[in-house]
Amino acid sequence: MADISANFLGIRSPNPYWLASAPPTDKKLNVLRAFEAGWGGVVWKTLGSQVKNVSSRYSSVDYNGSRVMGFNNIELISDRPLDINLKEIAECVRLFPDRAMIVSLMADNNRESWHELIRKVEDTGAHGLELNFGCPHGMTERGMGAAVGQDPEIAGSVVAWVMEAATIPVITKLTPNVHSVVPTGRAAVQAGTHALSLINTIQSVTGVDLDTFIPNPNVGGQSTFGGYCGPAVKPIALKMLTTISQDPVTSRVPVSGIGGVSTWKDAAEFMLLGATTVQVCTAAMRYGFRIIEDLCDGLNNWMDEKGFRTIDDFIGRSVPTLTSWDELDINYHIVAHINQEKCIHCGLCYISCEDGSHQAINLAYGNPYNTYTIKEEECVGCNLCKLVCPVDNCITMEEHRKGDEYLNWKEFQRRGLPLNDH
Amino acid sequence: MAVRNNRLTAEEYAQHFSDIHPPFETRDAAMVDANRCLFCYDAPCTKSCPTGINVPKFIKQITTDNIKGAAFTIFSSNIMGGGCAKVCPVEKLCEGACVYNLMEEEAIPIARLQRYATERAIAQKWQLFERKPGIGKKVAIVGAGPAGLSCAHALSREGVDVTIFEKEEKGGGLMTYGIAAYKVTPEFCCDEVDFITSLGGIDIQYGKVLGQDVTLTELQQAYDAVYLAFGVGMARQLYIPGEQLEGVVDAINFIYDIRNSGYPAVPVGDQVAVIGMGMTAIDAATQAKRLGAKEVTLVYRRTQQEMPCTEAEMNIALLDGCKIVWLAAPAEIRGEEGRVTQLVCHAVKLEADAGGRRQPVITDEKIVLPVDMVIKATGQMPFEQLIHDCQLQHNNGKIAVTDNGVTSINGVFSGGDCVNGGKEVVDAVQAGKDGAKVILAYLLEGGNARNSL
Ligand SMILES: Cc1cc2nc3c(=O)[nH]c(=O)nc-3n(C[C@H](O)[C@H](O)[C@H](O)COP(=O)(O)OP(=O)(O)OC[C@H]3O[C@@H](n4cnc5c(N)ncnc54)[C@H](O)[C@@H]3O)c2cc1C
Ligand SMILES: Cc1cc2nc3c(=O)[nH]c(=O)nc-3n(C[C@H](O)[C@H](O)[C@H](O)COP(=O)(O)O)c2cc1C
Ligand code: SF4
Ligand code: SF4
Ligand code: SF4
Repeated sequence: MADISANFLGIRSPNPYWLASAPPTDKKLNVLRAFEAGWGGVVWKTLGSQVKNVSSRYSSVDYNGSRVMGFNNIELISDRPLDINLKEIAECVRLFPDRAMIVSLMADNNRESWHELIRKVEDTGAHGLELNFGCPHGMTERGMGAAVGQDPEIAGSVVAWVMEAATIPVITKLTPNVHSVVPTGRAAVQAGTHALSLINTIQSVTGVDLDTFIPNPNVGGQSTFGGYCGPAVKPIALKMLTTISQDPVTSRVPVSGIGGVSTWKDAAEFMLLGATTVQVCTAAMRYGFRIIEDLCDGLNNWMDEKGFRTIDDFIGRSVPTLTSWDELDINYHIVAHINQEKCIHCGLCYISCEDGSHQAINLAYGNPYNTYTIKEEECVGCNLCKLVCPVDNCITMEEHRKGDEYLNWKEFQRRGLPLNDH
Repeated sequence: MAVRNNRLTAEEYAQHFSDIHPPFETRDAAMVDANRCLFCYDAPCTKSCPTGINVPKFIKQITTDNIKGAAFTIFSSNIMGGGCAKVCPVEKLCEGACVYNLMEEEAIPIARLQRYATERAIAQKWQLFERKPGIGKKVAIVGAGPAGLSCAHALSREGVDVTIFEKEEKGGGLMTYGIAAYKVTPEFCCDEVDFITSLGGIDIQYGKVLGQDVTLTELQQAYDAVYLAFGVGMARQLYIPGEQLEGVVDAINFIYDIRNSGYPAVPVGDQVAVIGMGMTAIDAATQAKRLGAKEVTLVYRRTQQEMPCTEAEMNIALLDGCKIVWLAAPAEIRGEEGRVTQLVCHAVKLEADAGGRRQPVITDEKIVLPVDMVIKATGQMPFEQLIHDCQLQHNNGKIAVTDNGVTSINGVFSGGDCVNGGKEVVDAVQAGKDGAKVILAYLLEGGNARNSL
């Protein structure tokens, strides 16, 4: 059996799965049940000055009969009294000393507030701090949350204040509501943060109720921009994570990956792109803490299959394969092939190639089943047909290189090779 | 042994004749199945529906809660899409062609989804169609069955005034009088006819019999065109001794009584033999059993390979506890005091013919079944006399037409069971549509059938 335990800046957890700072981590009752279920750690729901929530708070995006592809909330940071939170955090640390206890913070925008909050939190025995620079609603109006995360300069100075007081590891959680997460990440690293985590939620409007005409979630006839998360945001989170892993400054610190992690496969992907631990919110809210069993088990089995003993064996392994477009090999060419034995004649490949837009599939009319074949000369190797085919391995892409050597766009241009050659 | 009626309690009747293809209970359940549909291009399900319903389109409309759109998609191809959703032998039509079969997975329950959309439309009386302005022509239709109604609806939409002459007191044809009661209720059949005629421009004259109350010549004189859709009649005679004994009944009559007189009123025996293995035989056997017969045996001359009903239909009878005796050719019905007591059959064996194909051959061996009722379901007889009287060209009593329903008489068109000798409702609906199209062209061209026989 592989070893799936994680060591994040000396904060150890029996597995790399932490519950992200959110309702599941906002009180002792929940956190103890999560630890009993097997979660490796928690990031306690953000502490700060007291707030008041509204209802309703959540809305979701469903797709093709699947519910909650994307999740949206307009919730604020913890609305429970600070001293109760602190007392409960201390109790949880004492009851489960082997699990990671990170506390998320969002102090008022001055040095003293941050120092005072950090002192109080460190008294609980927590293992680390996470700075919430991401909350997109309610707090920005007061110059906090995303207002900090969106301005590298402010972010850097807040991190600097924090580093003056903190004696335990500090993780800076980034907001995705920026054109690039790298500048704020760099500012935080340069100001001394020990680690980064990303992403917080993405600003969104999930939809409009077609009966009332009021967008979701409806708060007494009005709505507001919320924060988007869940499976729908994973590709965006992975992209942002990769830019952090590639950057020479931000790649110096470990990263906790967040955004749409629902299965062990998602976790493995985050880790391959540079995350040391992953945080989960929506999946746990949707299905409950019990998902941790398969999250651990699946990762373990996959690591065994691949021959990885510890998670360090593969963290960041896929980062070098993500390059810029003009580094890609232009001579690499693939052509679709339809396995007639497996084909169920649904015609989906045909119509998608036809309308979308290469006309590289031939239709021979039949009753009731048509026959579809690839016109190899026309096929540009885009993958579309394979992506829409409902049968596994029915459409395969076969390699038909255009030339033996590796040739990228920069070299192509330098040599003045003719366009539309292939 | 006794042939009796009123065998069961009201609850038992209700239970035995409840819907065998129940509708979706919830929107979610329908959504799960609708969302499985792949939205095939040039979909095989559509090609395998005789009316060519755009199945992927209406299923997609269900997934987006556009039920009105789904109903319109269905009805614009098949105005009896509501009834068809309950009675079509889908395993050999649309669902049988669904690409999921090729993945060895459950086909999309197309009929059930079709029912989901159409039932609401009919119950809530959605007005989905509008008549075009009148073109000043009128057409007579004989028979308010699926073919007649479908033709009437299509013509009326095009602004033609239609009068239907119908022998019975209710519309729907065999849908109302012939199809097993556990598939459609009489109320549904009435609602369906009302739904179709609510378009306007369709006048149904009930209790009017062609050949009795009105002649074809009279109709030709009074109308711009005539569409004959009077279906087929009684079960074929067996021509064996004992056929006149008390207790020998015609399947169509038997089923008609169930639909028309109510379950308790229909007499049924303890030991019933049903001759035949078509859909009518299955319906008769199953319903005899459900009416309280102790033992029901289907008797068929050939083997399962040749049976005309589908396997799904056969399974309905088997699940109801009916037995099947294969390779038995009825030879004689014996009786005492004028009442049936035995059905005697020749055992049949299969022998390879010159070409190596196995052919049934009657042997000397006898199979004797003790019975108190025999139901004949060996195919229906066309209304040969009527067709002859109308001086229509025909093939063994089936009205001869070109592909789209042109008969040998100018201005007279026909379709449905009276042409094909008896297929499914959905085929009759398509025939009605085809007929309407050619009639409209005929009317617009001023009364010349384009391609006469
Ligand atoms: C027992 C049985 C079970 C069946 N089960 C199924 C099933 O489960 N699913 C399925 O799809 N199909 C089934 N069918 C077949 C289906 O019912 C027919 O194919 C379909 O009804 C044919 O439609 P039609 O309009 O051509 O004829 P019909 O439905 O027979 O309609 C003809 C109409 O003409 C009227 N008529 C007849 N003679 C005259 C006259 N002289 N003057 C005026 N009116 C007249 C009749 O009263 C009737 O209303 C079944 C048939 C039978 C017999
Ligand atoms: C209801 C809700 C409340 C949240 N509250 C906080 C919070 O207080 N502090 C914080 O840093 N992130 C908060 N988040 C963001 C999550 O921690 C996480 O970054 C985000 O949901 C993406 O992960 P996911 O896709 O697994 O849900 C909240 C998310 C949700 C859904
Ligand atoms: S790979 Fe693209 S171009 Fe080639 S057949 Fe498939 S869809 Fe068409
Ligand atoms: S009408 Fe009958 S055959 Fe056609 S799609 Fe509907 S259920 Fe299938
Ligand atoms: S064949 Fe099946 S999957 Fe394809 S469109 Fe028809 S019902 Fe849907």
